Amino acid sequence: MGKKILMKGCEAIGEAAIRAGCKHYFAYPITPQTEVAEYLARRMPEVGGVFLQAESEVAASNMLFGAAGAGVRVFTSSSSPGISLMSEAISYIAAAELPVVFINIVRSGPGLGGILPAQSDYFQATKGGGHGDYRLLVLAPSSVQEAVDLVMTAFTLADRYRNPIMIIGDGMIGQMMEPVEFHDELASEPPEKSGWATVGCKGRDPVIVKTLYLDPVACHKHNVKLKEKADRMVANEVRGERYNCEGDYRLLLVSYGTMARVCKTAIDELKEQGIEVGMYRPISLFPFPILPIRQEANRPHVQAVLSVELSMGQMVEDVERAVLGARPVHFYGMAGGLVPTPDDVTRAIRELL
Amino acid sequence: MQDEVQFAGFGGQGIMLIGKLLAHSAMHEGREVCWLPSYGPEMRGGTAYCTVVLADRPIGSPVISNPRYLVVMNRPSLEKFGPMVKTQGAVVINSSLIPISIDRTDIDVLRIPCNDIAVELGDNRVASMVALGALLGYRTLVDLEGIKELVKETFGKKVKVLNINLLALERGFELGRAFRESRQGGQEEQG
Repeated sequence: MGKKILMKGCEAIGEAAIRAGCKHYFAYPITPQTEVAEYLARRMPEVGGVFLQAESEVAASNMLFGAAGAGVRVFTSSSSPGISLMSEAISYIAAAELPVVFINIVRSGPGLGGILPAQSDYFQATKGGGHGDYRLLVLAPSSVQEAVDLVMTAFTLADRYRNPIMIIGDGMIGQMMEPVEFHDELASEPPEKSGWATVGCKGRDPVIVKTLYLDPVACHKHNVKLKEKADRMVANEVRGERYNCEGDYRLLLVSYGTMARVCKTAIDELKEQGIEVGMYRPISLFPFPILPIRQEANRPHVQAVLSVELSMGQMVEDVERAVLGARPVHFYGMAGGLVPTPDDVTRAIRELL
Repeated sequence: MQDEVQFAGFGGQGIMLIGKLLAHSAMHEGREVCWLPSYGPEMRGGTAYCTVVLADRPIGSPVISNPRYLVVMNRPSLEKFGPMVKTQGAVVINSSLIPISIDRTDIDVLRIPCNDIAVELGDNRVASMVALGALLGYRTLVDLEGIKELVKETFGKKVKVLNINLLALERGFELGRAFRESRQGGQEEQG
């Protein structure tokens, strides 16, 4: 590890991509993540990479499609309305089985909404956004350091599954400054791509990057293949963190991203008052940590489960899927850019105990 | 041990900068830090604020609604954030631009004429440095020398600007320390 430096989340994300060996970034600016573009406009030329501000998110996302098809590491960053505009291309990229990393620094919606922090794109990220049977692998950091680590991991996972990966962070992850350390070595080298990328076909059959399957049997088989890929992610890529789950806690919180940090402070304050609350923090939103959450919820001392989100209740549906009725599942959240304080969370918890 | 500081004022007063200096310096001292700005469709002259959390363990919530220390450079900031300061906390008020005080007896109130001192030193823009100095003189959140080193890195080649910034820090620091000594009398100093 290198030495600690103080960096804004957006800039750290840009630097992490470069350290992961990504030299192609196509994007269109939008608050609260324009600093990624600002940083890379300066930094990409220094490493011989390509920074390109497209004329729109639609254009940027199709540039990603093309570049990934040509076998290069590529990524973009945007915020909620921009990701909506990119969703058509995301579906095509997933269909064509290409590795691309998307960063969504979420602002409040729907529509243009506002520019303050939110987690209201959970459904969009984990359940679709674009059309068709595909899945994104979705990772949610809760600190600038974790954003850096997950961005670097994301490129490896994108190559491993030949699938788009989405890093989703609320506006605070992009805007706050925290100390970060970068690994000295680059993320793992990209695997051999000549079997599927358009890297030149001298001496072999050409490869074609396509998403059109007019033959229903062929299209069905393609969907089965994508499903098997999603199943492999479910089996291998669940990530999460337990907090204060060692003792006989009475309530299980489920929360992710910055919201989970607010919950940690609330849990610490309640602990001082003799009230034990545990938390499971999903780091992978897809695959959702079904089994770990089910296991925690089923502990005999747990009376109820509370999903805490910067939304009107989205992840809570996956929490219910995990808990399967074994305990009551409640929801607490704010949207629109409001962020509950630890005191707000404490009050919500006290109402249940 | 966790300290929270909120800096607030007009955009362009150096609010973000003094917050970053504090965060940076504390990181160099090995503490956990988090700097969170207000962000949005802001412009020069609009409101700007940031919060800095300094801790000896991983920081939970980066969102601080009740900071221990508040530094306000303009009147709307005092009116908005003054009531939020934790009991036993303190507020540094830029009395050059803020004619009013705050009606609280449970916190220390430092009235520091930041802009007057800055003008006296020859550059109105260093008012925020006076305020940061005053905070650190009042409470040693980080070593003043560490802040000075960072300022030297920031303004390295501009000797005149650098020197005025360093003087501003020192002037503020002396006023903050004088306040603390007068307030505490013979009481022990709290780190």
